[in-house]
Amino acid sequence: MSSLAVTIEDSLILARRNLMRIPRQPDLLIAYTVQPVMFVLLFVYVFGGAIQTPGFDYVDFLMPGIIVQSIAFGGFVTALGLSEDVTKGLIDRFRSLPMSRAAVLAGRTSSDVPLNCLSLAVLLAVGFVAGFNMTTGAGDIALGILLLLFFGYAFSWVFALVGLYSSTPETANAIGFTAIFPLTFASGIFVPAASMPDGLRQFAEANPFTTVTDAVRHLWLGTPANTDVWMSFVWCTAILAVFAPLAVNRYRTVAAR
Amino acid sequence: MNDHAIVVEGLEKSYGSVRALCGVDFAARTGSILGLLGPNGAGKTTAVRVLATLLEPDGGTARVAGLDVVKDAGALRARIGLAGQYAAVDENLTGFENLEMVGRLYHLGKAESRKRAQELLERFELTDAAKRPAKTYSGGMRRRLDLGAALLARPPVLFLDEPTTGLDPRARIGMWETIEARVQAGTTVLLTTQYLDEADRLADSIVVVDHGRVIATGTSDELKDQIGGERLEVELEDSGDAEPAISALAELAQDRPSADGTTLRAPVRARPGIIPDAVRRLDAAGVGVVDIALQRPTLDDVFIALTGHAAEEEPADEAPQREEVTAA
Repeated sequence: MSSLAVTIEDSLILARRNLMRIPRQPDLLIAYTVQPVMFVLLFVYVFGGAIQTPGFDYVDFLMPGIIVQSIAFGGFVTALGLSEDVTKGLIDRFRSLPMSRAAVLAGRTSSDVPLNCLSLAVLLAVGFVAGFNMTTGAGDIALGILLLLFFGYAFSWVFALVGLYSSTPETANAIGFTAIFPLTFASGIFVPAASMPDGLRQFAEANPFTTVTDAVRHLWLGTPANTDVWMSFVWCTAILAVFAPLAVNRYRTVAAR
Repeated sequence: MNDHAIVVEGLEKSYGSVRALCGVDFAARTGSILGLLGPNGAGKTTAVRVLATLLEPDGGTARVAGLDVVKDAGALRARIGLAGQYAAVDENLTGFENLEMVGRLYHLGKAESRKRAQELLERFELTDAAKRPAKTYSGGMRRRLDLGAALLARPPVLFLDEPTTGLDPRARIGMWETIEARVQAGTTVLLTTQYLDEADRLADSIVVVDHGRVIATGTSDELKDQIGGERLEVELEDSGDAEPAISALAELAQDRPSADGTTLRAPVRARPGIIPDAVRRLDAAGVGVVDIALQRPTLDDVFIALTGHAAEEEPADEAPQREEVTAA
């Protein structure tokens, strides 16, 4: 077998392993579905009335962004899983086996994809109930979904690196929620960037979360896009190109704790 | 193949300023058990990690099954099995799923992986628990499952890092029997342990390590001779009886017995009936005895004899516990 075929086979074996555990750990499934739904309801009904989004219903403004946020954090399962594998010594077992060096990480990140599909479906369902409306054609809507899944996959590699550097799941949690979570707020996800003070506004406009959110708004609502759509794909590719090699490199040397 | 399945020469590894291995040499004959004996932080786990291709050494060479652990790491991984200090099993998978996954990752193919998983579950008496998630297993069951994973591809060389630490006595003996059966089938085993009795029971040859250095090598008997072997400890009723007691036991002892207050120590070679024999001799000499016991050498005895310090002592200016930090 070629090394690529081995990598793919090994990755699928491990992706299957990761997915088999999901129904056995229902708390994870709840985190995946209930938490984003809570966010949608809170923002639409608690903050929504107070936030000015000229030209939009707040629910239409919010849904693309909150889906971007949820999908990016879908990769958090990878961080938790890897951190647990390292702590429990499973990484040592994998590293002592004649398997592909990339398979543990590729298996992890690819098993996030079906989970992200699930959370996307749940969020859209809740959004439609709350009054969200897509106004574009099927092709654009599908491209939006594709972009979201690609963005989620790229972020899974960011979280893979977080997981490999975390000695406990709590550390992974702390890194995720102190470093990455605020990034999603300093963006155009929840409020228009134009409403922010100087400095923060420029930061929010350059933030990839804003770019991807604006791209999805364009693809689903028909708002002006400028360069957002192709820039979003550039961002996803760049995040992958930086974090995948860093994570694989960390995997090669990570020690059991 | 050559007659040594494991050959280690001048192996060095440091973690920052802490030298975990400072030029270690040892070798294991093919089809034998080599025991790596030492306290926590001695460098045992580091040595195993280097040999199992998990860690690259800073210096020296190590060959396992004829393959270099650095240059031929990829090929070597197909020929080794590793069972670590903690049972490395996926708690959310069943026993069967765990073993099947490991078989697939050894690239045995689906059918063969399932067959082997089934065989090993039977051999380790886990058939009843095969369909339960491993998180419901006891500590001993997890260790057996972990060892099953290490044996799955029938590797010619097996690394067992403290395989019985934390096991109850019965599970411990079961583990020993399993290891012995593997060696009879031709496997070479490198085993690390903190327990002299374990090395004594299992190892064909023993390498004693401390602070990253080999401080003694030999068979269990050779090491025991080096550290003085067993001793008889007698608690006398009256310290004034020390002299007659020493004379009474002189013939039994390998060396002149010594007395400290009412406690008398006589170095002996253990054999069945030695205690009744000693009691008879003391009785005949009219010496009153409160207690008598045969003390087997402990790891502490080895360390006191070989290094002049106890295994538990921490030298003030070194931090040999790094290994614990990474492995705990």
